[in-house]
Amino acid sequence: MKTSFALRTVALSAATLVAMAGCAADPVENSSSTPAGYSITMTDPWVKAADEGMSAGFGTIENTSDQDVTVTAVTSDASTELELHETVANESGAMMMREKSGGFIIPAHGELHLEPGGNHIMLMDLTAPLRPGSEVAMTLAFSDDTTFDLIAPVKDFAGANENYEGSDHEGMNHGDMKMDDSDSEGAHDH
Amino acid sequence: MPHTKTSTTTRPSRRGVLFGGAAASLGAIAALGIDSLTSTAAPAGASEPPHGHTTIPFYGAHQAGITTEPQAHATYIALSLRHALDRASLGRLLRLLTDDAARLTQGQPALADTEPELGVIPARLTVTFGFGPKIVELAGSSAAEIQPLPKFAIDQLDERWNDGDLLLHIASDDPLTVAHAQRMLLKDARRFASVKWVQTGFRRSRGSEASGTTMRNLFGQVDGTANPSPDTEDFNTLVWNADGSTTMVIRRIRMDVDTWDEVDRSGREFSVGRTLANGAPTTGVQEHDEPDFEATNALGFTVIPAHAHIRRARSGNTSERIFRRGYNYDDVPSGSDISNSGLIFVSYQKSVAKQFTPMQQRLADLDALNQWTTPIGSAVFLIPPGCAEGGFIGETLFTS
Repeated sequence: MKTSFALRTVALSAATLVAMAGCAADPVENSSSTPAGYSITMTDPWVKAADEGMSAGFGTIENTSDQDVTVTAVTSDASTELELHETVANESGAMMMREKSGGFIIPAHGELHLEPGGNHIMLMDLTAPLRPGSEVAMTLAFSDDTTFDLIAPVKDFAGANENYEGSDHEGMNHGDMKMDDSDSEGAHDH
Repeated sequence: MPHTKTSTTTRPSRRGVLFGGAAASLGAIAALGIDSLTSTAAPAGASEPPHGHTTIPFYGAHQAGITTEPQAHATYIALSLRHALDRASLGRLLRLLTDDAARLTQGQPALADTEPELGVIPARLTVTFGFGPKIVELAGSSAAEIQPLPKFAIDQLDERWNDGDLLLHIASDDPLTVAHAQRMLLKDARRFASVKWVQTGFRRSRGSEASGTTMRNLFGQVDGTANPSPDTEDFNTLVWNADGSTTMVIRRIRMDVDTWDEVDRSGREFSVGRTLANGAPTTGVQEHDEPDFEATNALGFTVIPAHAHIRRARSGNTSERIFRRGYNYDDVPSGSDISNSGLIFVSYQKSVAKQFTPMQQRLADLDALNQWTTPIGSAVFLIPPGCAEGGFIGETLFTS
């Protein structure tokens, strides 16, 4: 509980700045450029609640440096596999999500919005239910091997139901809210 | 008379303009608006500074929405916690709702706000949380101070307006803002709780009279003159507990406006002991004049009668006072009724049992106003202290 409170202070603060820059790998010593993991801030991260299967993470990543940075991967204990996704129209005009080749590029002094219906972080296979009001720790990895840790609160969200290209699955539509007491909040929360 | 005839045939009548316009283009007449046809008023918005961006701080020792000068619109929502909700889940719910309130009250959309454009005009939005006994006990504290009120003889309580586990009190000078905040909060609460009752209230709109004017209820009475003033020592002594909390009583008082119609002006003033014109005691001139309960008329009767509301409400024990912050309601009538009106009575006090209940008991025993008013709903909540940024409302109950 104590840990959760401390983390929340950062993740949910109304100031909305998540400044948990951390570098798993040492910054490149003799480089003139700022390591990506140190030049990134993330504002208002959140993850859609889901009981099982897939979910998605959103927020705004800002690059404060003079160079473009590239997010190449995301890892989290919440999902066995995570992907960087974009949402595009297929041949028939339907919006489909698919893995973003080459990762997310955040331009120098620019920002990237991860939002329902657009780019997002895809949690491919949840290891446990994502309950509303709980938190998900994620680590962004950059092309220069630096990383950035963030904590995202989990929110109920009815949208973000894009179809997954090349899949028969119903995309992210696993977070439907069951209201009967047997399935609702708390019944499995022990 | 040629002169008259010329005049009437050449001057376009309003009807002529309206029908001519309608025939030419319905769109054009709609765009013109009736004002441009009938009045010389300045264009809307020409000189009024908008007040939508005014904010009330969310974080602090006390929750906002109590000493805040009452906003024009308020919605009170009582939620029932879902079965089997545990302490950890309750903590998560309160963090979610605190975050929504902290953002929306400052004119920022909620996290994952589906209509962010509705979240940027707070118009003094406040969100105040209240806890019923179930939440207080689930969190691990004693609910002895917030038990339901004793049954009073005047009560005709309907279960649909009673009690509740979690109270959301949302208030703003803009009803669209209230509706959006309500929607965002309830979306985050839905998994944890269901709506038990909703009471929507109003006062005069912002700017229609001076801020701080005592409100009028739907009987036309100036209602709340004797209130202690926020931020005075008297107020702090009556309302705030040492930890920054207080208690709230909310009672839905039906007002029988039809039988009130049968009472003439002097009878109305006699029943309360105050004038309708400005709320002054019938022994005084100005609203805030002290009532003279000893004053007698020519016949030797007291000017303020024995059963007058203000006499019955007052106790010789000055600690038996409360802070009132109610709203009017005027809902959809049913059957052949033309009105469904009343007062959302709201009071704050340190102790319900020591301050509110003795007063309510006196009024239940005798109060001329009881002829036209009937309590139909009643609930008591703990209003936990405010929190600092990074904390959440109710966190102090979780410290054990």
